Amino acid sequence: MLSYILRRLLQVIPVFIGATLLIYFLVFAMPGDPILALFGDRSPNPALVSALRERYHLNDPFLVQYWYYITGVLQGDLGVTFSGRPVSEVLVDTLPVTGRLALMAIGIEFTMAIIIGTISAMNKGKIFDHVSLIVALVSIAIPIFVLCFLAQYFLAIQWGWFKPTVGADNDWGGLWLPALVLGFSLYAVSMRLMRSSVIDTLNQDWVRTAYSKGLPRRRVIPVHVLRNSLIPVITHSATSFGILLVGATVTEGIFNVPGVGNTLYQAAIRGEGPTVVSFVTVFVILYVLVNLVIDLLYGLLDPRIRYV
Amino acid sequence: MSDPTTEKHYVAPVNTETISVDAIRIAEKPSNLWLDAWRDLRRRPLFWLSVLLAAVFLLMAVWPTLFTQVNPRAGDLMYSNEGPAPGHPLGYTFQGQDIYARIVWGAQTSLSVGLIATVLSSVIGLVMGALAGYYGGWLDSLLSRVGDIFFAIPYILAAVVVMTVFSQFRSVWTLALAIGGFSWAATARVVRAEVLRVRQADFVMASRALGQSRFATLLSHVVPNAIAPLLVVSTLGLATAIVAESTLSFLGVGLGGSIVSWGNDISQAQAALRIAPMALIYPSIALTLAVLAFVTLGELIRDALDPKARALR
Repeated sequence: MLSYILRRLLQVIPVFIGATLLIYFLVFAMPGDPILALFGDRSPNPALVSALRERYHLNDPFLVQYWYYITGVLQGDLGVTFSGRPVSEVLVDTLPVTGRLALMAIGIEFTMAIIIGTISAMNKGKIFDHVSLIVALVSIAIPIFVLCFLAQYFLAIQWGWFKPTVGADNDWGGLWLPALVLGFSLYAVSMRLMRSSVIDTLNQDWVRTAYSKGLPRRRVIPVHVLRNSLIPVITHSATSFGILLVGATVTEGIFNVPGVGNTLYQAAIRGEGPTVVSFVTVFVILYVLVNLVIDLLYGLLDPRIRYV
Repeated sequence: MSDPTTEKHYVAPVNTETISVDAIRIAEKPSNLWLDAWRDLRRRPLFWLSVLLAAVFLLMAVWPTLFTQVNPRAGDLMYSNEGPAPGHPLGYTFQGQDIYARIVWGAQTSLSVGLIATVLSSVIGLVMGALAGYYGGWLDSLLSRVGDIFFAIPYILAAVVVMTVFSQFRSVWTLALAIGGFSWAATARVVRAEVLRVRQADFVMASRALGQSRFATLLSHVVPNAIAPLLVVSTLGLATAIVAESTLSFLGVGLGGSIVSWGNDISQAQAALRIAPMALIYPSIALTLAVLAFVTLGELIRDALDPKARALR
């Protein structure tokens, strides 16, 4: 197990460096001089310009600049936002909110995927299965921001079941509507995976054995079938974490949830380049870390993985 | 062997007609993966429905004047947010522009961004995946690590960065480049896995044994036999690229506001969601139907190409 953890950690380092380097390169290639842009229309003092260039290491080659940047990131310095607040400080305020939203959305996604997927598998080819396929296709096809607006318009404005925006009321209870939307936008693929996985498991010998030794269905399905069908769904949730992050950005923006995604959304809408880049970097780091953790957990669950 | 009585080498029970067991039906058309898939697909109504839908949107993109004569940019504030009128079946936007005409002309933008991005990401994914899977060794390690790096950046976020950084150069092409240039990693993984499988086949060894070079074998035998999953991934990729375009336009980092696109229209209509929801809902329906058509096509083709998936039905 230890060698598996070490191997996995070693694999993360090049991905982390490569991904941050790529984003940093995009910013480096940005047209226009950042120092001159600071002065707007006025023509600045050349001595001041060269002093600033020196201070921000702009005269150094690309890789040296990247080195300054990445050592800063590793020490927790992710830059400042457009309004001058350190990004790390903003993260302390916003990450818990996004974390709550993500956990609720994943909870809703899994609950829907497991229940609907299992019922579909057990009713393969019947009406329920067909209807659930069509609903799943629609859920995949509706872009998340359209779903947000539809939910906001019908569930909140027209029928008044929820409040249309979240704002300061962002504890577990206040996040229901955005979490439902986010969960619904994610559940379809997990549900289809769960369905085919359950169909696969239902044909296994141990399920037949369980039935033939007289166990009732209410024991066979949850204990013998579900537990053995969950692995593809869990694996998928790791790779779909990126979709969750993009979804959270849009959802938080529309429902005004004060999370990390909303900060990125506001920065993108206002065209604040540096803030956008800082927060995309945060998301990429989060994505890499979450995938690492899920991979390690997965190695713990399934011993075969460790030796591949 | 010329004696017809010794030709039958099969020992069947006395009362079995040999022909019914042993015969090969020569008149039957030869079968292969694509033919099987086609036979399966053409019997499914959902397939024809999504083909029809996709064809309508493609026709809209290629020949918008077939559907409407109204100028999508002409706005008359007299009609701001008004309901349907003769000749304007879906009513007007806040700017007094015809919603139906904007939907028809928006198809062109959405589909061209989607198509260019998909072609780009398929080509990069095919080249990277095929080279990595076929040659293996250090080239595989290198290309797969590069793929991992691109895989670690959710492509919509990458496109947000690209479009923010290069905000002066916003056009259909830059947007398609930003989406396609960052979404190929998943395609490359699929192609690599398929090439790894096909590489083991006897016909690849035969081709090498007949003296064809490794690269020529890759092009003429391995790639054509590994193309099926790429077709599925590309069809689904077209759907996700259309979604990506509209999401980026919605985030304000897509196409400039002067370009007619579904994402722009939805984004502009959100301010008046309470008083004029239809200006938002109609383009959303068009967007969803277009994506639905390609997603359904992709899923059905995947199903038809995979005998195991057919058993799951």
